[in-house]
Amino acid sequence: MSVLLAPGDGIRNWWAGLGRVQKWGFGVVGFGALALLPLHTPSFLNTPGISFGGVMAQFAMVAIIAIGLNVVVGQAGLLDLGYVGFYAVGAYTVALLTSPDSPWNKIAPNGFLPEKWAWLACVPIAMVVTALAGLILGIPTLRLRGDYLAIVTLGFGEIIRLLADNLGNITNGPRGLNEVAYPHIGESTRLPHGVFSSGNSTGHANYGTWWFWLGLTLIVALLLLVGNLERSRVGRAWVSIREDEDAAEIMGVNTFRFKLWAFVIGAAIGGLSGAMYAGQVQYVAPPTFNIINSMLFLSAVVLGGQGNKLGVIFGAFVIVYLPNRLLGVEVAGINLGDLKYLFFGLALVVLMIFRPQGLFPVRQQLLAYGKSARALLTRGDSKATS
Amino acid sequence: MIHECVGQFACLAGDIGFNVDNLRTGFWQLTIDGLAWGAIYALVAVGYTLVFGVLRLINFAHSEIFMLGMFGAYFCLDMILGFNPSGNAYNRGVGLTILYLGIAMVFAMAVSGLAAVGLEFIAYRPLRRRNARSLTFLITAIGMSFVLQEFVHFVLPKILKGYGGSNAQQPIILVQPKTQFHIFGATVSNITLVIVAAALVLALLTDSAINRTKFGRGIRAVAQDATTATLMGVSRERIIVTTFLIGGLLAGAAAVLYTLRVPQGIIYSGGFLLGIKAFSAAVLGGIGNLRGALLGGLLLGIMENYGQALFGTQWRDVVAFVLLVLVLLVRPTGILGESLGKARA
Repeated sequence: MSVLLAPGDGIRNWWAGLGRVQKWGFGVVGFGALALLPLHTPSFLNTPGISFGGVMAQFAMVAIIAIGLNVVVGQAGLLDLGYVGFYAVGAYTVALLTSPDSPWNKIAPNGFLPEKWAWLACVPIAMVVTALAGLILGIPTLRLRGDYLAIVTLGFGEIIRLLADNLGNITNGPRGLNEVAYPHIGESTRLPHGVFSSGNSTGHANYGTWWFWLGLTLIVALLLLVGNLERSRVGRAWVSIREDEDAAEIMGVNTFRFKLWAFVIGAAIGGLSGAMYAGQVQYVAPPTFNIINSMLFLSAVVLGGQGNKLGVIFGAFVIVYLPNRLLGVEVAGINLGDLKYLFFGLALVVLMIFRPQGLFPVRQQLLAYGKSARALLTRGDSKATS
Repeated sequence: MIHECVGQFACLAGDIGFNVDNLRTGFWQLTIDGLAWGAIYALVAVGYTLVFGVLRLINFAHSEIFMLGMFGAYFCLDMILGFNPSGNAYNRGVGLTILYLGIAMVFAMAVSGLAAVGLEFIAYRPLRRRNARSLTFLITAIGMSFVLQEFVHFVLPKILKGYGGSNAQQPIILVQPKTQFHIFGATVSNITLVIVAAALVLALLTDSAINRTKFGRGIRAVAQDATTATLMGVSRERIIVTTFLIGGLLAGAAAVLYTLRVPQGIIYSGGFLLGIKAFSAAVLGGIGNLRGALLGGLLLGIMENYGQALFGTQWRDVVAFVLLVLVLLVRPTGILGESLGKARA
């Protein structure tokens, strides 16, 4: 069984052996190919009945979430079960500022947001607001450890959703906020509202595909950011906290500060994804931010391999793609697409028993001196054996 | 539609009420209803607290054990005792109703108990063999929670016609809520009476089982120091199974009491919220501490009711969650302190 779940190891080792330039080369080719997928969809990949571009847009959003959650869970080892709360804060920030249903609508002429650039202007606002939410949640709760932290964050996630549901005068309650702003780009006579509007619904390059491309660009940017953090002092502090918090503290790592950083950065990335969601769907309502989605995001991270930022993107792909692919496939009168939570639940249980580190486990390497240290060590090995 | 709010934050005030009068006039009624809710929370909370005491594990799937208990009770009433779901209450008289309830409860307890032990065997035992990290246990628990919920959601309707699925079961109402007597101007219904009495009996039984029997001593020993307990001849594995069994049995009983109170609540997702609240109750009283769980359950039930009266019905769940967060922040060890082992030597 564990051999069956181990194909990731080969890929992992191959990837780790590549040089920096080679990695970049493969990365560019890989992401390029991924970007072209919606235009030239192979028939075995296509999702019958649903726009493939739309599915890929959803994948990009969940991938962003997975990268953010990976910072918190995978790198710093803080189990956050309420991550969907940050996603909600991001989405609601954009929706509250731009939806005509909201009392805080700030679109021109009555507000300061220009109509064409409202969405783009809201993205940094959403990220800042979510980062603040992370700070507000983090300062009191990060003194707790392990399971307790998990439950507090779960409570936080539920509180956010219930607030969205109950504060009807602001959030419009269960009816949700409509007509959220989106980028007005590429307007033409055929598409009066631009390529990102839901009016662009036909063909391969539909609005889903455009959102996917936008998401992919953001993913690359985030990978650079998170990758650099990982290789910095901050990243090393996170790993030390994850492996042994007491030891880290004794070695002089300010654990509280670095945990807070992980929380805030993770939250801001979640907010970014929420802002994308609000723009793409142009509608925000409380049920999207159910706790069960939090668990789904967590399964993306666990499935892909906690701590491995490329692995969790693969996890996100599995989480989004499989249910959509299996939608409409019936076995014994049960629609397989409906069974997504059942499958993911089983996958989590099986994975935890046979391969708790995930499909593409993160490799423990010498972080401080990186490649040069490893090269030195392997050279020493080969000398010793020869 | 644009809302009519004068100030930016005037809208907030419209959604959150603060009605002290409501709390004052309904105080005793709220307390008594809260006790009934709290009794149910308390029984479920015991399952969380015992497993945490012995294994240091938050058994996230315990809420699904409770949910299976609800379905077990429904199955018993519907298929074995032959009650059909109809809009009307059966009202078969006190003796018969209690007999039927007792049968349903035994059946539900068996279902939940078996499910809890099965969960232990399938999901947690392999992890213990591999010395997994606590995070691994928690993720497994979440996975099992998904599996059990979705099994009832999509697979059960194919096996048993009319069971599970996206909608709640048609309620079977054994007895109409009826006022029995008054305390301080508050009415006490027959259902409240049954819930509180049954919960009290079960709580006393569990308490004496943990504190007076040989097995209970084993549980406390393992909770205190597993290695030493094993050296003294206590079988840790058997103790763990017993712990899950006790938790499951009580969850099954709580499920029957809950369906008395909320007959339309039998749905695949019906355990989730109650599970989190029961867990909050366990934390409130001091997780790992049996009496703490019982006390925490009652307190949570009552405070939730007060909060609901004060801020408005829709804030009921928020009160519970805020309370959970506050307790964890201010006193993570809860009211009565943490350890099952230290509770009573």
